[in-house]
Amino acid sequence: MATHQIQVTVNGTTHRAEVESRLLLVHFIREMLRLTGTHIGCDTSHCGACTVLLNDQPVKSCTVLAVQADGSQIRTVEGLEHDGKLHPVQEGFTEKHGLQCGYCTPGMLMTSTALLERNRSPSEEEIRTAISGNLCRCTGYVNIVKAVQYAAEKMR
Amino acid sequence: MIPGAFDYHRPDSLDEAIGLLARHGDQAKILSGGMSLLPLLKLRLASVAHLVDIGRIPGLDYIKEEGGMLKIGGATRQVALERSEIVRSRYPILLDTVTLIADPLVRNRATVAGNVANGDPANDHPASMIALGATVVARGRSGERTIPINQFYRGVFSTALAPDEILTEIRIPTPPARSGGAYFKVKRKVGDYAAAAAAVQLTLGQGGEFERAGIALTNAGPTPLEASEAQRYLLGKRAEEAVITQAARMAAAKASPSADLRGSIEYKRDVARVLVARALRRAVERAGGH
Repeated sequence: MATHQIQVTVNGTTHRAEVESRLLLVHFIREMLRLTGTHIGCDTSHCGACTVLLNDQPVKSCTVLAVQADGSQIRTVEGLEHDGKLHPVQEGFTEKHGLQCGYCTPGMLMTSTALLERNRSPSEEEIRTAISGNLCRCTGYVNIVKAVQYAAEKMR
Repeated sequence: MIPGAFDYHRPDSLDEAIGLLARHGDQAKILSGGMSLLPLLKLRLASVAHLVDIGRIPGLDYIKEEGGMLKIGGATRQVALERSEIVRSRYPILLDTVTLIADPLVRNRATVAGNVANGDPANDHPASMIALGATVVARGRSGERTIPINQFYRGVFSTALAPDEILTEIRIPTPPARSGGAYFKVKRKVGDYAAAAAAVQLTLGQGGEFERAGIALTNAGPTPLEASEAQRYLLGKRAEEAVITQAARMAAAKASPSADLRGSIEYKRDVARVLVARALRRAVERAGGH
């Protein structure tokens, strides 16, 4: 069994671990680091429930090997809140009812965060395009768009 | 889902990567963005003993115009193509194509060269590269060679690349004045492969006649399909509606799609016809023809 030493910084904390070559990043995050906010949905890189930020870019962590992330900065949903204060996107999803069952929410939050870091005034179309790789089967997306707009306003 | 066991290599140079590929032969696969390969391994539709990750080899991530060509490095991600000012302003066919591939999160990892080298007829860049008359650069043990893209595809998941070769660069001739291109794709939803898709890149003469026409189809057979007869038909003719619809009919007649959940053979062939016509009209418009 081939293993590798990796070092990744997750939500500001540096972790060193020995991982098998085939270990997926989402399993590393959930099972080795016990950060279970990142969800596994379809497990086939379609649904985006497992979205994390890898060096500030949203990626589907079910389709990245942990060893590929060696040396990288990762952010997960657990890293959004600071000192008991919700991140503006979290606040937006709460205020605008941007979730129902909540399964897609961690991925939606990470994708929205990355969008707003790059573009403080996204149009509705830009928001819809940005989240087009994150599936929500409850909301119909209307309130998710409103939540991102709320966060954008807040972050400007 | 967890892939079968394999060993992972992360070479620091192309030579080291080529050495690993040469040593492990058909036991090795190149890992770049991994957006096609990792799902295959997870679904256990493929297994591999050695993965050679070329993602950190320096000097393979670029988009630049040089010597009358647009050059795209072998590890350049789709997101870079999408955000490139050169591409946005001068290669609209590439912008059309890239924004129709998978979804933005996948495009943050996926590479352009991976899409070209994968050999799946459902990949979108190959048709556009054929329409553009692109060439790919392959590097292996015996050095570097260039392969015209319309001679690159051999069959489903089969290309002209030898097991020890890496696609290091894509070269696209910079289109002359009065050129335009477009890519149209019909898919059921974001992330889906094409029911049909058409790429067109053309150059118009002073009198509005077709001076050059590249037309190719995605998912219309075992390999990306160059519509050679339709291309020849257009040369010298004026960009008029009757000519466009005839060329679209000729291109679609060459399509041999297979029936699946995306539709029947007849449906897909007809969608291809409609998309070729749309892409031709848009390309003519972008070339300043109308």
